[in-house]
Amino acid sequence: MGKTKIITGTSAAAEAARLCDVDVIAAYPITPQTTCVEKLAEFVANGELYAEYIKVESEHSAMSACIGASATGARAFTATASQGLALMHETLFQASGMRLPIVMMNANRALASPINIWNDQQDSISQRDTGWIQIYVEDNQETLDSIIQAYRIGEHEDVLLPVMVNLDGFVLTHTVEPVKIPDEKDVLDFVGIYEPKHAYLDPDRPITQGPVGVPEYYMEFKYEQEKAMERALKVIKEINEEFANKFGRKYGNGLVEEYNLENAETVIVAMGSVCGTIKEVIDKLKEKGEEYGLLRIRTYRPFPIDDIKKSLKNCKNVCVLDKNITFGLNKGALFTDVVGYLKDKKVSNYIVGLGGRDIKPEDIVDIFKDGEKCGDMSTKWVGLRKDLVE
Amino acid sequence: MAQFPRDEYLAYGHRGCAGCGASIVVRQALKAIGKDVIVANATGCLEVMTTPYPETSWKVPWIHLGFENAASVASGVEAAVKTLKRKRNKYQNKDVKIVAFGGDGGTADIGFQALSGAMERGHNITYIMYDNEAYMNTGIQRSSATPLYASTTTSPAGSVIKGENRPKKDMAMIMAAHGVPYVATASISFPEDLMNKVKKATEIEGPSFLHVLQPCTTGWKYDPKHTIKIGRLAVDSGIFPLYEIENGEFRITYRPPKKVPVKEYLKLQKRYRHLTEEQIEEIQKYVDERCKLLGLW
Repeated sequence: MGKTKIITGTSAAAEAARLCDVDVIAAYPITPQTTCVEKLAEFVANGELYAEYIKVESEHSAMSACIGASATGARAFTATASQGLALMHETLFQASGMRLPIVMMNANRALASPINIWNDQQDSISQRDTGWIQIYVEDNQETLDSIIQAYRIGEHEDVLLPVMVNLDGFVLTHTVEPVKIPDEKDVLDFVGIYEPKHAYLDPDRPITQGPVGVPEYYMEFKYEQEKAMERALKVIKEINEEFANKFGRKYGNGLVEEYNLENAETVIVAMGSVCGTIKEVIDKLKEKGEEYGLLRIRTYRPFPIDDIKKSLKNCKNVCVLDKNITFGLNKGALFTDVVGYLKDKKVSNYIVGLGGRDIKPEDIVDIFKDGEKCGDMSTKWVGLRKDLVE
Repeated sequence: MAQFPRDEYLAYGHRGCAGCGASIVVRQALKAIGKDVIVANATGCLEVMTTPYPETSWKVPWIHLGFENAASVASGVEAAVKTLKRKRNKYQNKDVKIVAFGGDGGTADIGFQALSGAMERGHNITYIMYDNEAYMNTGIQRSSATPLYASTTTSPAGSVIKGENRPKKDMAMIMAAHGVPYVATASISFPEDLMNKVKKATEIEGPSFLHVLQPCTTGWKYDPKHTIKIGRLAVDSGIFPLYEIENGEFRITYRPPKKVPVKEYLKLQKRYRHLTEEQIEEIQKYVDERCKLLGLW
């Protein structure tokens, strides 16, 4: 049953695309995504994956070509980061509006200016309203598993939406970890063959895809997209279970992952690789008899608000970590999304790790301690250099 | 092409203006190709007038995403058809042609990068630029394909500046410089020539590019009954010579029997009504030089 390889997050993503037997890859290089598309090029060059690999001239064309391929009925994959994702912005709406289950790996990286190749999540958070399902992973194994799951989720008849799997740049993309690579046959059994009923370009049964949506129809298209997002909540949970039964790994309930919430009064809500650090800190504090918890948001869109409310029902203080900033509000996106549903809690917001600023275990301890006594809806920028700003 | 096929692949009833040249481009091109085609369309007049949901004029499979990416979409479609043929036994016993249609704005301006990429990568696609020499769908704004001294809403003939101050961007030659196997210019007023070229373009292996001049009654401001006549005058005056470049070999495909002065072409269009005799003279000189370079006469 499969084998274990010591690989980076980008390699794990490439392995997943290979295992899913993708038909068309269209990609453009950008740090820290590159090793993913290089690996895929190797697979194709060595005959380990039969796919058409389009070496496009930009990310805008990468997504446009993926949309063309997916609309023809092919399984499409691409990967990007930061500026590349920003350049795709317009096409992201086109992919979701046309209900095409493209899967994309995004290496989370800061946006210019100043130009910065290191990690934060401003890039994908800025695309949250493009109608893509967004998953944020904690480690390299989850990267591989999530991309496999992403095809099942996106291609599900109740969903038919594109899926973005986000992994933190460098922290995961350039760090090797042991990753279990399942057998190709098992993965193919799991994902099945993509045979869309709505997306094909066939001269024997001509259809028009991407017409003009006049005011009498446009709103209904958007409403249907929203309903599909809502149905995805259930589908993501089911596929997480099914994946666990077949491969023996699961990620919370697919939407959120609880860590030591039973006895914790103070809980951090966060996304991505920082959750690994937070879990370590929680374990250390537990040894000292102090109970703190973590609620990891794995699926950010659709936003699992019912699961979040349920998971946080017993805690008093909620510290929301954001690797992004909503300028002019001085809050992170995760905070603004969640705060309205936590009226009986003391909630505070922490802006962390922008542009690759290190998040140390001590920072996490400080956040827990601050959240205990603070909780006044305030925002703190963690690790800000006092020598540079007032 | 011995006889024009009777089959129609663009249904009537679309929202094109009376005398619309864009719909004639598509009508003739699809007649030449036949039913086994997939069309990628850039945003613009053509897409807007043919697909107001839930209606469509397209009797062939058709896809549209945005303004600047028809060439990239066509690349993706071509790759998918190739893979699905080999991996999944689809499109068996069929030679499916992939054709992109884009206006001059969607091709020469905003879609230029995507087009250059698609041509350079060698996809087996045909890109047809239907050129009406301005952004007609948004209200006749100047594009890089707008010719010298034409008045548009963003290059108006004013009291100081007399219309567009730059000559037309030469898309066919730029595409030829990509080294693609087939590039041609064509006109809706010469349907046999146009259809032969479309047939050749789609049958040749690799990327091909067609630059089709298409008079626009609304933007060029002329009586709708003159669409074909103006197209013919453009060719006969040397404003728009018809040629092809096949595997690097340049060939004039139509030699006008007698050279018509550009004035005959210009005077039918109100976008040129501000022209002075000096400006007409200048255009004539520019056209003569270019025709000499191409060896038209």
